[in-house]
Amino acid sequence: MTKNSITAAAVSVLALGLALGAPPAMAAKMDVTIGMQLEPPNLDPTGGAAAAIDEVVYANVFEGLTRFGSDGAILPALAESWEISEDGLSYTFKLREGVKFHDGTDFNAEDVKFSLDRARADESTNAQKALFADIASVELVDPATVKVTLSKPNGSFLFNMAWGDAVIVAPESAADNAANPVGTGPFTLTEWVKGDRVELGRYDGYWGTPVKLDKVTFKFISDPTAAFAAMMAGDLDAYPAFPAPENLVQFEADPRFEVITGSSEGETILAMNNKQAPLDNIKVREAIVHAIDRQAIIDGAMFGYGTPIGTHFAPHNPAYVDLTAQSAYDPEKSKALLAEAGVSDLSLSLKLPPPSYARRGGEIIAAQLREVGINVDITNVEWAQWLDDVFKAKNFDMTIVSHTEPMDIGIYARDDYYFQYGDADFKAIMADLANATDPARRTELMQAAQKKIADDYVNGYLFQLARAGVISAKLKGIWLNAPTQANDMTGVYWED
Amino acid sequence: MSTNPTDRSFLRMAVGHPAFVLGFVLSALFIALALVSFIWTPFDPTRLDIAGKLKGPSLTHWFGTDHFGRDMFSMIMVGARVSIAVAFVAVGIGMIVGVPLGLYAAARRGSLLDEIIMRGNDLVFAFPSLLLAIMITAVFGPGSVNAIIAIGIFNVPVFARLARGAALSLWTRDFVLAARVAGKTKARISAEHILPNIANLLIVQGTIQFSLAILAEAALAYVGLGAQPPLPSWGRMLADAQTLISLAPHMALFPGFAIIVTVLGLNLLGDGLRDLFDPRLRRGR
Repeated sequence: MTKNSITAAAVSVLALGLALGAPPAMAAKMDVTIGMQLEPPNLDPTGGAAAAIDEVVYANVFEGLTRFGSDGAILPALAESWEISEDGLSYTFKLREGVKFHDGTDFNAEDVKFSLDRARADESTNAQKALFADIASVELVDPATVKVTLSKPNGSFLFNMAWGDAVIVAPESAADNAANPVGTGPFTLTEWVKGDRVELGRYDGYWGTPVKLDKVTFKFISDPTAAFAAMMAGDLDAYPAFPAPENLVQFEADPRFEVITGSSEGETILAMNNKQAPLDNIKVREAIVHAIDRQAIIDGAMFGYGTPIGTHFAPHNPAYVDLTAQSAYDPEKSKALLAEAGVSDLSLSLKLPPPSYARRGGEIIAAQLREVGINVDITNVEWAQWLDDVFKAKNFDMTIVSHTEPMDIGIYARDDYYFQYGDADFKAIMADLANATDPARRTELMQAAQKKIADDYVNGYLFQLARAGVISAKLKGIWLNAPTQANDMTGVYWED
Repeated sequence: MSTNPTDRSFLRMAVGHPAFVLGFVLSALFIALALVSFIWTPFDPTRLDIAGKLKGPSLTHWFGTDHFGRDMFSMIMVGARVSIAVAFVAVGIGMIVGVPLGLYAAARRGSLLDEIIMRGNDLVFAFPSLLLAIMITAVFGPGSVNAIIAIGIFNVPVFARLARGAALSLWTRDFVLAARVAGKTKARISAEHILPNIANLLIVQGTIQFSLAILAEAALAYVGLGAQPPLPSWGRMLADAQTLISLAPHMALFPGFAIIVTVLGLNLLGDGLRDLFDPRLRRGR
């Protein structure tokens, strides 16, 4: 820690520097500017699905009962501790005391009841209402204790409560959170310049470990070329989810920067329309999967950033099973399977949304499928068109998309989901999983689910999207992994 | 208009016109590249070689390789073919639709149909051409065929106006009057007397429009509305190079040069042809 006088001098120099828009001061820096691709539409995580909302406010402005650690573990947040009843139906949360919202009001059990009831109400606009679906009642025991009763055991309840959509808000301010977020986190909103940046300032009344930054600026730069230039010029201190992997190679060669690569929740898949002939034939799907060289896609489309996956599950999850060998690159086997299935002159459509993993990955996959005699018609589509045509109308043979929601293997149990799997056995596994609370049993079921979709060759599982970002070499404490969509700034500091 | 020069004197004048010669050579080079690509390219332009990506120019890969390790020279050769095909058909549409419209309007000068045709042309002209093309491909989906239609549509008024303007001055000439006295219909006069006499003008304008169409095709492909992958296209090669420009500048340079050289060559050719066809602009007189 620096001496007070030096800190004060540094702060004044810094303030001057900021006012003039000058390059960062040499002394200990107390502010940080983070680059983001998309601007959040509002700042209320309980009222919008956009990932950009959580990327600004999660852990910084708002906190929930529990929270995600950087490794994906569930940690206590506003709930200091909890007890789970024998039957797994009731959770008694012991809340932290002395916590104040940014507007000065006290945090207590009333706020928890209000937040949870608000999120699960019929008129709730919460984007993830399913997280609260199993809650039967929320009771106040005393101002620092809340008892949540579930309608059926739910092994992932604590996990659900860590989502950004489950943060605790105050009844006095909840309605205005979209523009003026009031939470319990270590930072408060100081300014939002629409189309440019959101600035957060330190909240001195924070209950937890004091943060080491005075100010955090989230700057929205979507164009990869502009983002690259801004990093190089020192206008940004970090860009945790850098949009163009090809530029990371250049950052790596520069000692001023550090490239952080971690895992994200983004399973990138070649989704196949399981109800559309000839893709309704498992042999054809298996043939397609064996024709794909994952490493070539990771190297060619993502410049090496990505982890091969063999099923729809994040490799950093302890329950992950590596099934990549089952769908290894084997063009000969692929040709044999196609012959066995009795299809020839196969021609399939491949609709590609805008991200480079899809557009570039699609070109590589098309070339690989051509090698085994499958003709691929590529159509590049915009997101709106993709949602209408592929996701809703299911008018496609194949598409490439990254599923970035955490623990989303449950989508395979949905009949009407765009790739149209909805297998009965798989649904049974998911139903068991929903009721299981024993960790060992849950792991077993999650692994069974992973194996089931790999055995059925539902989709081509390509790679786990890397959370590849670039940070200034002196900036420490930024999340390496992305267990949820967030830029947790609570532990971030500048190294002298 | 002018009497057509004999072949020999035309050739002699052509050789003495440096801009024409340069334009002719560049255009011929570009067309030759496209034609050769049908039978031979150094490498398969759609074959990926991820391990050999982003290599600079070398003896094996004359123009280097792109981000998938594809041979850039082969891609430019096939890209030339795509550009020519799109531009040729688009200009063809413009001529086939535009010239008869213009001739018809000239023959019925001052009639309501003349007004309708020419104001309709003004309308298409007034619309920013590239925006129109983007609109058409956005509605009917991206692809070469829609790019051709889009570029073709905004070539129509160019030829309609040119044909009408040139034809109008011919309708007052004695030989046309003679044909009318002889009882030929307006349609026959337009086809037999007017059209051959404005052919030179149309060829010159066609060459210029050809270069503009190549530019338009590249622009459409750049925004993702032209030829779809894996078919190489100069505009998309530029778009692919955009984020890699500091890592592999050759990826942007070579397709960029290809477009510049081709458009320059066709423009010089068009200018030269105009000089040679028009006796008033002919040198040495």
